[in-house]
Amino acid sequence: MERIPVLKMGELLMVTIQVDMHDRLARTLLEDLTEAISAHGIHGVLIDISALDVVDSFIGRTLSTIASTAQVLGAETVVTGMQPAVAITLVELGLSMPGIRTALNAERGMAALRAALGGRSERADGSGSGHDA
Amino acid sequence: MARPPVLEDFPVDHGPTDNARGTRNAGEHLVLDVLKHRHRELLDAWVSGQESAPGFQRSTANNDDLVRQSSEILGALSVAVEADGLATTGAGYLELRRLLADLSGAQARQGYSPSQTATVIFSLKDALLRVLRGEEGGDDAVEGGLYEVNRMIDALGLVTFDSYVQSREQVIRSQHTELLELSTPVVKLWDGVLALPLVGTLDSQRTQMVMENLLASIVEHEASIAILDITGVPTVDTLVAQHLLKTVAATRLMGADCIISGIRPQIAQTIVSLGVELGEVTTKPSMAAALQVALQRLGHTVQRADSSR
Repeated sequence: MERIPVLKMGELLMVTIQVDMHDRLARTLLEDLTEAISAHGIHGVLIDISALDVVDSFIGRTLSTIASTAQVLGAETVVTGMQPAVAITLVELGLSMPGIRTALNAERGMAALRAALGGRSERADGSGSGHDA
Repeated sequence: MARPPVLEDFPVDHGPTDNARGTRNAGEHLVLDVLKHRHRELLDAWVSGQESAPGFQRSTANNDDLVRQSSEILGALSVAVEADGLATTGAGYLELRRLLADLSGAQARQGYSPSQTATVIFSLKDALLRVLRGEEGGDDAVEGGLYEVNRMIDALGLVTFDSYVQSREQVIRSQHTELLELSTPVVKLWDGVLALPLVGTLDSQRTQMVMENLLASIVEHEASIAILDITGVPTVDTLVAQHLLKTVAATRLMGADCIISGIRPQIAQTIVSLGVELGEVTTKPSMAAALQVALQRLGHTVQRADSSR
């Protein structure tokens, strides 16, 4: 079965969505991700959606749910690389993901994640804020 | 002098379709004759008619233009009548119609009034009627000619009016799009700081445009802070506020922060009394204050050059 890979990098999880999302794929990702977070004691999750250029209401909601669920499980979540068209669609759908971190690209997202985890993780080097170029 | 012609004077069956086949009636013959042989006289009468119209601007260049243009139209008219009789829908009239459309289109763009534009063609009627009245060739022929000329010029008048309105509408349409584009510039203030000075009322169409422009610029400049300046927005009601918040939310989803600046005291009062919830959006009274916050967040400090030495 087709899956979106969830990569573990130390105490961070990284998910990059590189294919067209369809409904079942989105549900599977939600399950895999929540499973991985609770199994490995993950503190931070980075979801890169820069390759996603079309969303419908279901995918939009699932994305929002994935981010919120990760947040609820105690992992700092950052969604990166959202395309303008996707951002507009999500806002029009009323899914503006309050409380979820966002970043322009994966690099900045990672920096933001490190900064956010700097306080509670010994290994994080706290390399600047998410807005530093 | 002949009494003015009335509709009953003319049989209905002399339909314009017959004309092209060579069955011209006497009136038509007369008109064609006048157009072909009294060109100079017609032109003079027409030009002086146009010059005496109210609102005409007299100047040498203007006059030369007028004579050239009028002569061109008269020539085309003569060709058209010869080819197609007085049926203005015929193919022979295409060139004349094009000339008239160009003329009235140009006048519309130059800001002439509709009546000034209509005067051009209607003063040709005066000139034609005057010359026709002086013609020999029997009362019937003259009367027929007068009637035909009336009909023809009225039809041509409609052509000018149609193209006048069309050009005007085109002007309005292009101004509308220009306004939309002009009113939403995205300015780069600093590395990673964009400003969007909003001028005029925010409706949903403009919000959409603003949002698209802003988000595209955020990607292009890799900006992390966008300043929405609403100094030029005259009123903020719940709808405008909602549009602003949508823009802010979309910006945030892209991974950039939004600061709303240029909130005048009156607008602040309106926002509060309307109960609009701006939530976590940073708001500042002026663009300067917003820029300061933006620079601070980026880790820049601004200080005078001499105090650092």
